[in-house]
This record gives sequence, structure tokens and C-alpha cells, in this order.
Amino acid sequence: MSQAGATAPAPALGRRSALRRRRALLPALFVAPGLTWLLVFYAIPVLTQLWVSLQTGNPRDGFTQTWNWDVYPDALSEYHEQLFRSVGYAATATLLCFIIAFPLAYFIAVKAGRFKNLFLLLIILPFFTSLIVRTVAWQTLLSDDGWVVGVFQSLGLVDEGGRLLATRTAVIAGITYNFLPFMALPLYASLERLDRRLVEAATDLYASRWTAFRKITLPLAAPGIFAGTLLTFIPAIGDYINAQLLGTTRQFMIGNVIQSQYIVVRDYPVAAALSFVVMVCVLIILALAVRLIGSRQLSEAAVA
Amino acid sequence: MRTRADKLRDLGVRAWAILALIYLFLPIFVIAQFSFNDNRGRFNFTWQGFTLDHWKDPWGVPGLQDAFVTSLTIAAISTLIAVTLGVFLALALVRYRWPGRGVASGLVFLPLATPEVVLGAALLGWYLTLNFARGYAAIVIAHVMFTLGYVVVTIRARLEGMDLHIEEAAMDLGANQLTTIRKITLPLIAPGIAAASLLAFAISVDDFVVTNFTAGQTTTFPLFVFGATRQGVPPQVNVLATGLLVVVIALMFVNLAVQRRAARRDQRAMAQAGA
Repeated sequence: MSQAGATAPAPALGRRSALRRRRALLPALFVAPGLTWLLVFYAIPVLTQLWVSLQTGNPRDGFTQTWNWDVYPDALSEYHEQLFRSVGYAATATLLCFIIAFPLAYFIAVKAGRFKNLFLLLIILPFFTSLIVRTVAWQTLLSDDGWVVGVFQSLGLVDEGGRLLATRTAVIAGITYNFLPFMALPLYASLERLDRRLVEAATDLYASRWTAFRKITLPLAAPGIFAGTLLTFIPAIGDYINAQLLGTTRQFMIGNVIQSQYIVVRDYPVAAALSFVVMVCVLIILALAVRLIGSRQLSEAAVA
Repeated sequence: MRTRADKLRDLGVRAWAILALIYLFLPIFVIAQFSFNDNRGRFNFTWQGFTLDHWKDPWGVPGLQDAFVTSLTIAAISTLIAVTLGVFLALALVRYRWPGRGVASGLVFLPLATPEVVLGAALLGWYLTLNFARGYAAIVIAHVMFTLGYVVVTIRARLEGMDLHIEEAAMDLGANQLTTIRKITLPLIAPGIAAASLLAFAISVDDFVVTNFTAGQTTTFPLFVFGATRQGVPPQVNVLATGLLVVVIALMFVNLAVQRRAARRDQRAMAQAGA
């Protein structure tokens, strides 16, 4: 990338260094407000969770710092079920998202022609209605006398008199729905960039369609698959709206625990400890992803 | 050469894509449909007949209008701040090399990869530690924080797709950096800024999780709806959600048209420059 203005004429030496200093100052001025905002309202708060988690006390008398490290084993032994459930639900939903989104993304990237942008728009459009309203609509759709249950029953997927709402299926379906665009868009981006001639070359050389797909398309779409998986899996771990509105306490995830401990019970240290654990897990996953695929490629696939 | 298997596979992919789109729009149809439901009683779960009453009286539920206006105001303010900060961040990240650029871009993107519940919990813990009052300002701060990354991503994409020669030409003709940014760069990335604003606004208006942690006594539209789920969501909520979607669709088409015109203008300019 060429630095803009690098070719500007340079008069006297003194003026030149002053100019260079001013030029170095400009990006600093540009980033200072934004970075300060993120530092003060993102980075420091996330680290503060550790500080809050080690306090003891109660909401009435306040909390004091006692470096109570026991909060971590205690909270984990009490809520490991929700934590594992969150990972399980998030992983299942991510897989479902991939299964639904891959053919969709493939269709848009390869077959949709001049309607590409329209289809992309259609993918994100539903998400411009309120998340809560959408989830309430799923409540309506999945309700016991709704037609979806009827269809599932006639297909034998749900027992006669069985239900969808307030089950694990409903919660996972809700999460799948919510994060579908986060899977579909990176997949689309990588499939769209894929050079179709490579696939043609493979089939010309007598590879079957399936072999060509497996050996050419999938590996070349890997960055998109990777980015989509991360963008779906990580936020899904923290989701609690779907469990709240489509499930019962038996489907509650770690997000439900964090929000109820923070806002309802007001046991701040436990809530902070759990959210700090989730954040550490996320950072580990991200670090592994960057190690595996490289930050440049990952962020490109994620945002393109 | 297309065999029958190829055609069948094409058909399969096409059918799958259409089914996926139907799945995506299923709840949207339900939302729109139940905005016309002549529901008796508090709940709006079963279809009982068509009425336009809720559309004629969208504010007929106490507290709904206040919540809606609060949401729009918060979204407008935080979008304004986030886009202002984001334009300069994106400029610095794309157009300049400086020490710490990698770390800075990590800090910009990390909030995008953080589960919302962690963002909310972290901010609440921070506000509690500082004894900072939750409410209006606390929500705006939060919304700017988590929309900033989206703004930078959107504007960065536009900046990277831009022809550097135009900026270089301006500087060669004696314009200083600020003038170049003001007269050349900003007008050229205007569609990107518009798209980023739309995105930030939409994310902010819709946010529930982080807002729930930072709101205190303030009620936004998503918080109002969530609170109403226990006693039954009034159909007016469906009216507003449907209306909002229609506005967003209209804005998207406007943005698309403007971008198309800008692209054509760019092309013409390039053709003239080449001639």
C-alpha cells in the first residue's frame, strides 16, 4: 500500500522533518478518540471482570475486594452444566447453519447471476426486524397448536401430542436461525472469490464432480468456512434469548445464568467470574484460529 | 456437457436455496400477519380474524411510544458518534502505516468477536465499579462501543476498493492531507459512510442484550417487547416491527441506487481521465 502523499516535493530539510512529524501526528489524531473509547469501554471493562469476580459481599451492604479465588471452582461446579450445554447447543447450531447456508451461499455465488445482490439483501433483510420480536414469532410458529408442530407430527418427527416449544430442539433451531447470516455471508464471500476454472480443470482431468468438490471447492472455501464457524459459534455460546423465550430452565445456557446473576440475583462476583470464563474461552478459540489460519486471512474472510 | 445428474444437482441446490430463504422469512411473515390479527385477550398467538385497528392506533399501548422514541434517539446519537469515530479510525488503519496499527485493528475487531452477554456483563461490572449511573448515557456509550467495529469494517472495505491515484493527484496538485481527505476521500467514501450509518443504526435500535445490562430504569423498544412477553406481546409491536422493516427496505433501495449512481460517476470520471 503506498502511503498517500509520499511523493510530495520536499523543500528545506528543517521544514521537511517538521512536515514528517505532522504527518505522523495525523493518524495519531485520527485514531485517538476511537481507540480511547474502545480502551475505556471495552478492554478495561473486560479486564475489570476479573477484579469484580474476586470480591465478596452482598448487594445490600456492598462488595469488597477479598481476592476470593474460590469463586472460580465454586461457580464452575455449580454451573458447569449450563456451560457445557452452551457449547453443545452452539456447536450443533453452527453445524446446522453450515448445512443450511452452504448450498445457499453456493447458489448465490455461482448460479444467481445478476440477482446476486438481491439474494444477499434477502439474507440480511429479516435481521432488520427486532430480534425479540422475531423470537416471539418463532414462539407463535412452534406453539403447540401451530402448523409447524402439525407438519412435524405427520412426518413422524414429533410424537403425537409431543411439542416443539420449550424443548431443546426449539432452542437450537432458534439459535440456528439467529446466526445463519453470520455463516452464509463469509461462505458466500469465499465461494464467490473461488476461481471456477479450477473446478472445470479438475473435471476435464476426469475428476468426478464429487471429487472436484471435495478436493477443490471445499479446500478453497476453507477460510470462509472457518470465519463463518467462528462468527456463528462464538456469539452463540453467549446467547440466552432463545433459551429464555423458546426453552425452559432445563435448556438454560451460560448466558441465562450470567444475566440472572448480574441483574436479578445481583451476585456480581459469580456473574463476573462466569463471564470472565466465557471471555477467556473465546480468546483461546480466537488465538487457535489465528494460529491455524493467520489473522490476515481470517479477518479478510470474516469481513469481506 | 451437462448430464442429467448435473441438472438434478442444480435443481437440488436451487430448491435448497429457496427453502432456506423461506425459512429466513417465515417469522417475518408471522410478524406481519399478526399485526393484522383481531386478537381477543392479551395474547397474540392464534389467528382470530383480520383487522386494521392496530395499524390505525400503533401507539395504543401505554409505554410503547416512549420506548420506541427512546430507541430511535439512542440509535441516532450513538450512530452519529460511532460513525464519526469510525471514519477516522478506518482512514488511519487503511491509509497510514504507524506503530501499533496491528494492535489497534485487533482492538477494533475484538468486540465483534465477543459474545454480547460478555460485553454487557463487562460494562455493567465497570459501571458498578465506577458508580456510573446506568441509563441513557450508559446505553449510548455501550452502543457506540459495539457498533464501532461494524462501522470501521464497512468503511474500510470502501476505502480499500478506492483508487489511490485520485488522492495522489490531489496531493501532487498541492492539496495538503486534510484538504485531500475533505475534498476527495470523504465524498468518495460517502456511500460507505451511509451504509455504515444504516448498519450501526439498525444494530443499535435492535440491541437487547447489552442494553438490558446497562439500561437501569430506561426502557428501549426491545426491552419493552421482552418485558411484554410474559403478559402477551401487543399486536402494536408487530405493527412497529413491520413498519420499521418497510422503512429499512426503502432506505436500502435508496442506498443501492445512490451507490449505483456513484459507481457510474466514478466510471465516467475514470473514462474522462483516461481520454
